Amino acid sequence: MMAVVHMFADAAVIAKRNMIKIKRVPEVLVFVLLSPIMFVLLFAYVFGGSISIPGGSYREFLIAGIFAQTVVFGSTFTGVGIADDIQKGIIDRFRSLPMSQAAVLIGRTASDVVYNVLTLLIMALTGLVVGWRIHSSLWEGLVGFGLLLAFAYAFSWTMALVGLLVPSVEVINNASFMVIFPVTFIANTFVPAENLPTVLRTFAEWNPISSLTQAVRELFGNIPPGTPDPTAWPLQNPVIYTLIWAALIIAVFAPLASLRYQKAVKQG
Amino acid sequence: MGNVIEAFGLVKRYGEVVALDGLDLAVQEGSVFGLLGPNGAGKTTAVSILATLLIPDSGSARVAGADVLKEPARVRERIGLSGQYAALDEHLTGLENLDMIGRLYRLGRSRSRARARELLEVFDLSEAGSRPVKTYSGGMRRRLDLAGALVASPPVLFLDEPTTGLDPRSRLDLWGVIRELVARGSTLLLTTQYLEEADHLADRIMVIDQGRDIAQGTPDELKTLVGGERIEVTVVSSSDLPRAQEVMQRFAVGELASEVRNRRVTAPISGGAAVLTKALRALDAEGVNLHDVGLRRPTLNDVFLTLTGHAAEPNGTRGTSEDQSSVRGKATS
Ligand SMILES: Nc1ncnc2c1ncn2[C@@H]1O[C@H](COP(=O)(O)OP(=O)(O)OP(=O)(O)O)[C@@H](O)[C@H]1O
Ligand SMILES: [Mg+2]
Repeated sequence: MMAVVHMFADAAVIAKRNMIKIKRVPEVLVFVLLSPIMFVLLFAYVFGGSISIPGGSYREFLIAGIFAQTVVFGSTFTGVGIADDIQKGIIDRFRSLPMSQAAVLIGRTASDVVYNVLTLLIMALTGLVVGWRIHSSLWEGLVGFGLLLAFAYAFSWTMALVGLLVPSVEVINNASFMVIFPVTFIANTFVPAENLPTVLRTFAEWNPISSLTQAVRELFGNIPPGTPDPTAWPLQNPVIYTLIWAALIIAVFAPLASLRYQKAVKQG
Repeated sequence: MGNVIEAFGLVKRYGEVVALDGLDLAVQEGSVFGLLGPNGAGKTTAVSILATLLIPDSGSARVAGADVLKEPARVRERIGLSGQYAALDEHLTGLENLDMIGRLYRLGRSRSRARARELLEVFDLSEAGSRPVKTYSGGMRRRLDLAGALVASPPVLFLDEPTTGLDPRSRLDLWGVIRELVARGSTLLLTTQYLEEADHLADRIMVIDQGRDIAQGTPDELKTLVGGERIEVTVVSSSDLPRAQEVMQRFAVGELASEVRNRRVTAPISGGAAVLTKALRALDAEGVNLHDVGLRRPTLNDVFLTLTGHAAEPNGTRGTSEDQSSVRGKATS
């Protein structure tokens, strides 16, 4: 019991330290906030006008996909942050302290949620400007944002492991690009899954990014009336399916990352 | 008093490289133990294992009554570590860095703050304490990192090359701080590449090379082994050599070494510059014309040459290679 209290107390100290960094290096924040604006505008104006969705607005359809892709990409920060700490030797310091050994990773993943909160806020405002609206209720809208944050939090544990395995900022950026880009594209983020060729379609239907996007679309009320119901189970029960994935990812990657953390030493 | 740090047969390999090759060591409570060795000797590897950062391939170790491998958490409660490279958060201020460490040692909010302020004072960083560390000089970082190791006043301290990169004044200051610490009863294991530093601070020194213990003893024992201080006198003409030998004999604490071809006499002495001054006066009184004269202290390189027959640094500078030849010459003469 005491151990759990200590773990959260230590994680809070680490998270606070990471937040101070956000404050002291505002350049990062500017970039973090500008790129989602760019994404929303690009997709809204470049694709939004040229693809039509029967009975609805492609622009509104797109927004949930952009949100999902962007917050999942946000996990890169977790990997980069950990790699940076290893390179600077500060993880060695933490590992020599009588602190909870899980706290560094918990504190890191927790403070990175702040990036995603800010990112979502900025994207939502930009979305409103280009004509996106939540057609359901405020409550459902908030659940939608909560689901985005929860899945992104879970996903950041995968990047935490990558950061521990290869503590190099370049490798992490490339790895995240190579993994996250296809995973977020072979999904219903930008086109309805039904429009994809069979193999890709199956992948897209079971892809948790699709279920996340589908869930958020439903919660925001961004699915045009008359859209045929999805046939795949994950897309019929997107909230549950997304939460199962989030839980699974944490159950697998948090212990793996923690184990790896015990061995993390500065290379070279 | 028992041993606070003990290691038995530590082995650590990195592929082909054997970083530690069956290292044993024992450090008495309240003493300062100096681990002396050239680059790549295995100093950092040894410290990392003892501080629970690295798991050895074989061997075992106990620190402050706890087994390093089986109870790392208990070891961590009782140690402070300052690694070879400063482990600080660049974006936090000096105060925030120390406060964070204090909180992670679970000192509690106000005690942690107070301790951080106190240490900034001790290390002459009070003014810089409110600036982000990225604005610090190398020496300031080094001192702050050291302060980090002391936050919880742990009974056992590991300092990996604590004064590397410091200017002579900061080095002296730091030696003072370290001596005070030890006077309060901490046990300290420090690594260094400088015999002078180990000599100054350590009660016992272990010289390691390629992961093996090659000599151990008190600083005096080691220096005796290498020959201690000596005065080297080079005369202008060979005819002065006998008189120079006669004079130097009066100050020597051991046998003289003479190299006729180089017109040089080397006398082991004890007493440093004071003795040198007297010897110069005496040589002058005898009318010996000097070409060159110098007080030589044994360096790590001398220790190495004597103990291993090879130089401490494979790619030695010209200075060290000159040193080598003179010691070799002595050894063979
Ligand atoms: N992570 C690593 N991977 C591969 N080899 C390593 C690693 N760490 C250390 N070594 C090797 O182990 C040997 C001992 O290294 P160690 O860092 O312990 O030496 P050291 O005595 O601290 O040297 P220095 O004075 O340069 O700090 C060296 O040959 C080094 O190259
Ligand atoms: Mg080292």
